[in-house]
Amino acid sequence: MILTLAFRNLFHDRIRLAVTLVGILFSIVLVAIQLGMYLGSSRMITSMIERSNSDLWITAFGAKSFEEGGILLTSRERHQALATPGVKAVVPLVVAFAEWRKPEGGSTRVVLVGTDAEDGALEPWSLVSGTWQDIKSPDAISADDTYFRELGINGIGDTAQIAMGRVKVKALTHRIRSFTQSPYVFTTLSRARSLLGAESDKATFYLVQLEPGANLETVRHELLTRLDGAEVLTKNEFEDRSLRQWLFRTGAGLALIGGALLGILVGTVIVAQTLYSSTKDHLNEFATLRALGSSSGYIYKVILAQAGLSAVIGYVLGILISLGILYISRNTPLPLVMTPGLAGALFGLTLFMSAVSAISAIIKVTRIDPATVFNR
Amino acid sequence: MTKPVLECENVVKELGKGAGKVRALKGVNLSLVKGELTLLMGPSGSGKTTLLSILGCILTPTSGTIRVEGEEVAGKGPEELAELRRKHIGFIFQSYNLFPTLSALENVRIALDVIGRKGYQAALRAEEVLREVGLGNRLKNYPSNLSGGEQQRVAVARAIAASPSVVLADEPTAALDSENGHAVMALLARIAKEQNRSVLAVTHDPRTLGYADRVVRIEDGLIVGEERRPQGLDAPEITDLTKRRKANA
Ligand SMILES: Nc1ncnc2c1ncn2[C@@H]1O[C@H](COP(=O)(O)OP(=O)(O)OP(=O)(O)O)[C@@H](O)[C@H]1O
Ligand SMILES: [Mg+2]
Repeated sequence: MILTLAFRNLFHDRIRLAVTLVGILFSIVLVAIQLGMYLGSSRMITSMIERSNSDLWITAFGAKSFEEGGILLTSRERHQALATPGVKAVVPLVVAFAEWRKPEGGSTRVVLVGTDAEDGALEPWSLVSGTWQDIKSPDAISADDTYFRELGINGIGDTAQIAMGRVKVKALTHRIRSFTQSPYVFTTLSRARSLLGAESDKATFYLVQLEPGANLETVRHELLTRLDGAEVLTKNEFEDRSLRQWLFRTGAGLALIGGALLGILVGTVIVAQTLYSSTKDHLNEFATLRALGSSSGYIYKVILAQAGLSAVIGYVLGILISLGILYISRNTPLPLVMTPGLAGALFGLTLFMSAVSAISAIIKVTRIDPATVFNR
Repeated sequence: MTKPVLECENVVKELGKGAGKVRALKGVNLSLVKGELTLLMGPSGSGKTTLLSILGCILTPTSGTIRVEGEEVAGKGPEELAELRRKHIGFIFQSYNLFPTLSALENVRIALDVIGRKGYQAALRAEEVLREVGLGNRLKNYPSNLSGGEQQRVAVARAIAASPSVVLADEPTAALDSENGHAVMALLARIAKEQNRSVLAVTHDPRTLGYADRVVRIEDGLIVGEERRPQGLDAPEITDLTKRRKANA
């Protein structure tokens, strides 16, 4: 009967129900967008590290992110690393921001990633046209099909200039997006070096693969004692560092989290307001219940059930709208991400929000005097 | 004499605060036994509703004692008072106080739900009492689709659903026309006798006298008279009696 009464009270006043649902919806959609952007950004920021087949990353001391590693490591570090027990392979990677001159004039910045796919540490994934063999041909690079406009190209065969040299688009990746909005461009290790004017033994990172059964911490410790001026990070550590750099040093992450908090706050206030006014309208009924001998707990349950029902309905609608927005965002520079975890967290959040909203209504109802039942 | 189910001794109740403080009850003694319909009559402002609220454990007296089924009420908190109400007392209100969003059946069921009687058995019980008050064919109706008399009968059903030993009614017929007023009073009398409950009804309405076993008069916060009425008197005679009383006064 608690649910029945809550349900009827809720649907009794359709306009208020609509306002409540809009409040919850607004919150969920806003929070979903903000956190979806946060997740989407995180995914973009860590995608390269995540996709790499490596156990440890050797970076120059103080490398802030994947894009900002400098081209500072030399073959000396590589040999030292290779001589470390437990290390199976050490794969060099060159990554740097570079100027891209569009074929029709104008320029933009790209992130040039030089890698030798044969080494099995990092390769352009999701190639939709062309192959790694094509990228190995003279002057070849791969570009991403979602960045044609930024790069001023139309597809395979177009030419442009990166820093020191001419390049030709020979392969296309699909939806490898970049948080910095500078598109990722893949080429071979040696071409990257020459385009960037780096010496032929230089690298930005060394990706370390361990012998089977080797202990990660032991190897890391060994590497650290051998290499000075370099850092040795696990994949997770390097991902965290990149995230911190792009999301927190730049304030972008804080803005997203702030937006999410604002959404929660506004939603809670709207729901609290409507729940309070609904409770006020039904105060006489609650007084009657009290006169009939209901415990105050029973009445709280009716109010909480009302809050919970609004939460569930609002959540379902909110998630549907969020998924719609998610779908629309898939081809934008910042595709939103929804995970089961985020969906679950949003549900928990909705319930929490509704429970908090119920507080003012419950306080109101605590003060009712059952004696009022006779004086109507 | 049978043991009283509800009794009060020397009950004083002050209402309001400061300058607006009113002594609504000034030392009331009253006991109610099972199987009787008692009417509480008195002028407006004499303290009828206040007394009913105190007997119903909705208000606590400023001083004096209340016993429900022998249990002392003094010193109980709001939750314990609620427990006493749901165990022993049924209420009927002048304006019915039904839940507008619930059907007749659900209005009765929620009273059972409150005392922890849920599910199918409770639904059966609710249906049973609604049949008892003659609303077997109105189970699914909402209050807005019931006449005043029918609504009050739903309220009566709700009051007796949990089989309380005491039923308290504040002006149960005041909002009803003559015919419906009589129907509700007849119902209350039947509840008292056939179901062996103690029923106390506050009323202004002389039409109700014929149904009473006992009439208690209250004036200015004090019980000023009480009469037992022989069984089976019909309404006109009682009206005469009232007239005679007035003439005597
Ligand atoms: N909350 C209150 N604060 C102060 N005084 C009150 C309050 N409630 C009632 N009173 C006063 O107490 C007295 C008794 O009131 P009560 O409602 O019991 O009278 P009643 O006999 O039920 O009258 P009526 O026939 O008009 O319903 C009245 O003088 C009333 O004004
Ligand atoms: Mg009154």
